[in-house]
Amino acid sequence: MNGNVWIAGGGVISGIGHDLGQCMVAFEEMRPGMKTLQHLHSVHADTFPVVEVKAGNAELAQKAGMPAHWSRTALLSMIAAREAWQSTGLGDIAQYRAGFVSANTVGGMDKTEDFMKAFLEDTSKGSLREVVHHECGAVTELVADVLGIRHHVSTISTACSSGANALMYGSRMIRAGMLDVVIAGGTDALTRFTLNGFNTLMILDQQPCRPFDDTRTGLNLGEGAGYVVLVSDEIAKKIQPWCRLSGFANANDAYHQTASSPEGTGNFMAMQGALKMSGLAASEIDYINLHGTGTQNNDSSEGQAVERLFAPAYPPASSTKSFTGHTLGASGGIEAVFSAWALREGIIYPNANFTTRMKEIPFSPVTAFSKDNNLRHVMSNSFGFGGNCSSLVFSKE
Amino acid sequence: MEKLMADLKAQIIQQLNLQEVKPEDIGNDQPLFKEGLGLDSIDALELIVLLQQHHNIRIAKPEDGPNIFYSVRTMAEYITAEKNKTA
Amino acid sequence: MQAYIQGTGCVSAQDNALFSGTVREHEGDRMPVADPDYKQWIDIKQIRRMGRVIKMGVAASHISLQDANLSMPDAIVMGTAYGCLADTGVFLNKLVTQHEDMLTPTAFIQSTHNTVSGQIALMLGCHAYNNTFVHGAFSLENALQDSLLLLAEDPSKQILAGAVDEITDYSHQILSRFRLYKNASTGNLLHSGTHGTVAGEGAAFFVLGAEKNEHTAAELTAVEMLYNPASEEETFVHIAKFLERFGRPDLLVTGRNGDVKNDGYYGAGEEKLFAGVPVAAFKHLSGEYPTAAAFAIWMTAGILKKGTVPAAAMFKGETPAAPKKILIWNHQNGKHHSLILLSAC
Repeated sequence: MNGNVWIAGGGVISGIGHDLGQCMVAFEEMRPGMKTLQHLHSVHADTFPVVEVKAGNAELAQKAGMPAHWSRTALLSMIAAREAWQSTGLGDIAQYRAGFVSANTVGGMDKTEDFMKAFLEDTSKGSLREVVHHECGAVTELVADVLGIRHHVSTISTACSSGANALMYGSRMIRAGMLDVVIAGGTDALTRFTLNGFNTLMILDQQPCRPFDDTRTGLNLGEGAGYVVLVSDEIAKKIQPWCRLSGFANANDAYHQTASSPEGTGNFMAMQGALKMSGLAASEIDYINLHGTGTQNNDSSEGQAVERLFAPAYPPASSTKSFTGHTLGASGGIEAVFSAWALREGIIYPNANFTTRMKEIPFSPVTAFSKDNNLRHVMSNSFGFGGNCSSLVFSKE
Repeated sequence: MEKLMADLKAQIIQQLNLQEVKPEDIGNDQPLFKEGLGLDSIDALELIVLLQQHHNIRIAKPEDGPNIFYSVRTMAEYITAEKNKTA
Repeated sequence: MQAYIQGTGCVSAQDNALFSGTVREHEGDRMPVADPDYKQWIDIKQIRRMGRVIKMGVAASHISLQDANLSMPDAIVMGTAYGCLADTGVFLNKLVTQHEDMLTPTAFIQSTHNTVSGQIALMLGCHAYNNTFVHGAFSLENALQDSLLLLAEDPSKQILAGAVDEITDYSHQILSRFRLYKNASTGNLLHSGTHGTVAGEGAAFFVLGAEKNEHTAAELTAVEMLYNPASEEETFVHIAKFLERFGRPDLLVTGRNGDVKNDGYYGAGEEKLFAGVPVAAFKHLSGEYPTAAAFAIWMTAGILKKGTVPAAAMFKGETPAAPKKILIWNHQNGKHHSLILLSAC
């Protein structure tokens, strides 16, 4: 249980760009990705804006080098995971003890929900090809097999903190000396299942979401995938890593199945635990990538937990979900890539659509893009259903 | 009103799967949430759908829930008022 | 990395009577759990929303905590391949038949894959680390590996680890269309010599700690996974290396499930690597499901603690008296192999 774990690279596909570079341009040009549904069919298409990846399955399949009838969740995963690996310059992955830890929340549900229509009319109907990758783990294996990863393959599903938990598990396997490199993060495609599910909770905004804004009324769903490449000290010596994963913690709010406790107990414990592991004081954090979904409940709880830990001096903070939407199981992975890249480039991401400070908390999110800031430590928060709260700390050295 | 309240009790028990609760166990003025029947925010969302399914009333703002769903009587009064509006 | 099993809890097609020689016999292509009265562990106000998989998981976790005399674990780590299928099915059904209208939140909330681990934390008021692996036949194994890592990082911890999976009518209808199942009975499944197995379900939880104590049932000596081996030969090389490190077991517990192709893999491996080692099985008792190895651990920990092997579990060879070292070898379609070694304390 020793040594450091470094971020050797990362890859992202989201509704604001097909790769990390495109996403950065969207931030710099203040272009959030909320649009009407184009690719997923839903009766709610005109009601709720979403942040869909701007490509159909055929186009994504071609880019991924996978069959177009596979789950969109796998296609997105493949594109981001390959970008992540290629960004490291580490060459053929077969020469390393490599792992793939991928998170998702609904696996191949995009295909299952198509299947169910025929199946419910007649249980002998519906193409089995549409359910063969239903399980969360099946999606991960499709990608691992194409990447040629065999030493370790696993899938985590803890709702909206899944992607962050994938980084923790990968990092701990490296520290235990089990693996040299791990591609870790998450993926989720938009589905009618999740869109309707969040609608029943009445937490979808009919306008572009406004995280950490007093006028916020909910979240916008997004889709995508994001992975970092975690490597050991020994591998890191061969390259110029982006930064180091210096701390992380998972804690449970144990308050309610879906809602956060008003004071954000689990959020606080996760952030506090991650700081403790990194050996940092709160005042040393230079930027917080907030969970910031835009729901009344999350932003209020997270805000109060941030206040409790950071008062009276608040580092710049923002929710990139104001651009990408809430990508659920992918969000922890996508935001880990953004956070790690932020350290490398000195970027502080803007929070879009912000106008009014929340009454209950004493700070406002950053609203302008900036780069070349002197950042040394960045925190990324991911909180999910089941009270599952995770926080990651990245450090420049 | 009495009939509506009796119907509501049966609908609440069914929608929320309140095992071992009988309609007569729910008082007309008993608070449905917290210390009363012990319902929570997920139940409130279920009750919004109940109003839609059984009474054809849509509540757009979940924050209106606590007042409408305070008790079986407040629910019945709300339904009656809404029906009169559209009549 | 090893751990001590301080408590076990299981909700399955069998019960504790298995160890005194009473087997619950099943017939058909589906082996359901013997549902206990869940109200022993779950408040009536909470139980109304819970699907069966949640009740099974919560019950098994509580039994294991009681067995270990532990009120608050320092981490909750579990595996489930399918997650909460019943609630997923309810929500999908309404989504399709009601054309995305008038849907209710309960089934959606409960369909989330970490519902069981979250519910356990909520009921215990447990703020500690909480994780759920959803990787088919490696879901349980990853939960165990995560637990072993946690104990290596901090030996003072007591970890609640386990797995749960359920059968629903939808899942059974769909999986049956893949021609996975056949009608068989507990007694004849493993000797049927034909294609197909019997579907199973269940939950098993374990309390794991780094120190032996008065509750310890067995040592969890090693957990290994082998993913997607290119050939049987590669698998056997892998197992041979494992045996070099940990020695030959007194008993091999295989994941034989009655499917002639599946079971052939074990037969070949036994011939090559386990000559003279007696062989037991468990899927005729639990049914086949991706986290069935959790049932095998529960059974094996019981064998090591009690010092006797239930006759119904034996498959070939002489029943060993008071075995000290038992290896569980389970595979799914030859693509996922797991080796779980338990030792007597």
